Amino acid sequence: MSTAAAKDDIILSAQGLTKRFAGFVAVNGVDLAVRRGSIHALIGPNGAGKTTCFNLLTKFLQPSAGAIRFNGRDITSLSPAAIARLGVIRSFQISAVFPRLTVLENVRIALQRRRGDSFDFWRSEKVLSAFDEDALRRVDEVGLADYAAAEAGDLSYGRKRALEIATTLALEPELMLLDEPMAGMGQEDVARISALIRRISANRTILMVEHNLSVVADLSDRITVLARGEVLAEGTYEEVSGDARVIEAYIGAGHE
Amino acid sequence: MAVDAPATLPNSAAKVGAPRHHTLVFFALLLIMLVAPFVLYPVFLMKVMCFALFASALNLLLGFGGLLSFGHAAYFGIAAYVSAYTAKVWGLPPELAILLGTAAAAVLGLLIGALAIRRQGIYFAMVTLAFAQMVYFFSLQAPFTGGEDGIQAVPRGRLFGFIDLANDLTFYFVVLAIVTGGMLAIYRIIHSPFGQVLKAIRDNEPRSTSLGYKVDRYKLAVFVMSATLAGLAGAIKALVFQLASLTDVHWTMSGEVVLMTLLGGMGTIFGPLVGAAVIIGMQNYFASFGAWVTVLQGMIFVISVLLFREGIVGVISRWIKKPL
Repeated sequence: MSTAAAKDDIILSAQGLTKRFAGFVAVNGVDLAVRRGSIHALIGPNGAGKTTCFNLLTKFLQPSAGAIRFNGRDITSLSPAAIARLGVIRSFQISAVFPRLTVLENVRIALQRRRGDSFDFWRSEKVLSAFDEDALRRVDEVGLADYAAAEAGDLSYGRKRALEIATTLALEPELMLLDEPMAGMGQEDVARISALIRRISANRTILMVEHNLSVVADLSDRITVLARGEVLAEGTYEEVSGDARVIEAYIGAGHE
Repeated sequence: MAVDAPATLPNSAAKVGAPRHHTLVFFALLLIMLVAPFVLYPVFLMKVMCFALFASALNLLLGFGGLLSFGHAAYFGIAAYVSAYTAKVWGLPPELAILLGTAAAAVLGLLIGALAIRRQGIYFAMVTLAFAQMVYFFSLQAPFTGGEDGIQAVPRGRLFGFIDLANDLTFYFVVLAIVTGGMLAIYRIIHSPFGQVLKAIRDNEPRSTSLGYKVDRYKLAVFVMSATLAGLAGAIKALVFQLASLTDVHWTMSGEVVLMTLLGGMGTIFGPLVGAAVIIGMQNYFASFGAWVTVLQGMIFVISVLLFREGIVGVISRWIKKPL
């Protein structure tokens, strides 16, 4: 996806990102540079620190050391909500829907951000119906139009993931961070979500953690391999899959 | 993003506005309450209404904000003290006494809430309980609360200078008007843009943050609203019984209101009203059994947790497949 001109256009970068928990270092001096418009994958054996990395980049965890830059701006000291407001929206490993809201309301709660803060407790929620049409179109885009009125908690796992992506997309994020979008999915769902991710990657950048290597090979422009909290290798799928240290890390960790 | 022709909107895809059956139930309840004082003892009914509002205030926080406060007696009690004191010692008219009592609860809610929302789950509940205990001991020691005696013989006064509240029936309709207003306010809060965000935070707090919502502010806002409405209930209660006492700030009061909310159905609109009516009804009509009332309450609570966890109204709501 990256054109020659955009090759050095870095949307998100981290330098020396480190997270120490009591007694061990989960992420140790990770350098990361995500190019605008690319799909960048973060892979590695279990416990490599991928999700911790995600939590640091979105400030759900406070880094012990290191700096994070988004569009050239230092965002290391911002709050998670402030980072979200800049256009960096993350998903979660466990499906992150609002189970007791309807499918439509799930997407609408993201669209509702356009009116800024919603502290107006005196106004009827009827004002939100202005977002209904847009919400429904987005629900339809991920194939959930028939379920618009259903409570999100009643959806199947794959559909929850699709709803989650629709909700994230509703914020028109510049950068999407997807934490294992295929985790726990059947083969059919994997193909569907894979196609969805490819489709939505136009005009935006995606950084994802993923275990399913065929998905990674299929989707990503660039891959960073983490092991024991450190960057082991970086490059295209062909480059990293041929790397002896990567093979050793995976087999050494007893993965697959 | 391509703009496709929007698919047709299924009816009621979004739960917008008041469903008609809510309006119906509301008017039915209002009708019952208009007739009730001619059948039942008005002071008993006023007590039920105060606790219905108190439980609804807690339910706003617990059922829609997902925050379990185990110290709501603090706001109920402090409002009772302030309204009793200002009515009796300062000789303020009832509307001002109620207003000041409610305001005191709001300020206390802001102070405690700002600290409590930094913790989550059981720790949040423990922090609210700890602060409520501090308010209790303050009430026990402070010179103006009357210690063990409380503030007794509080004059009900004249509302707006000309409506004499000494008459139980007159006061009943004033209380009915205030409580109805409070319930409508809660209903609106739940069904507002703010309420939508609140429910999202209740359902999934990290996800709400990741969408850019500053969740702490919403949690603090609903905490203050809940404390304020609990205070309104306490302020009225002080004038109804012409008494503010340590019972109002005691932790058992905090427990009782949680019990009412759970028994009636947390997260439902009408559950707390039913819960309050059942518990206060039991305390009133089974008073001759003495301490056994507490045992009976405990048994009912155990049964409700084992057999109908969604509470009385929650179960009915499931039967008729409509949110109540």
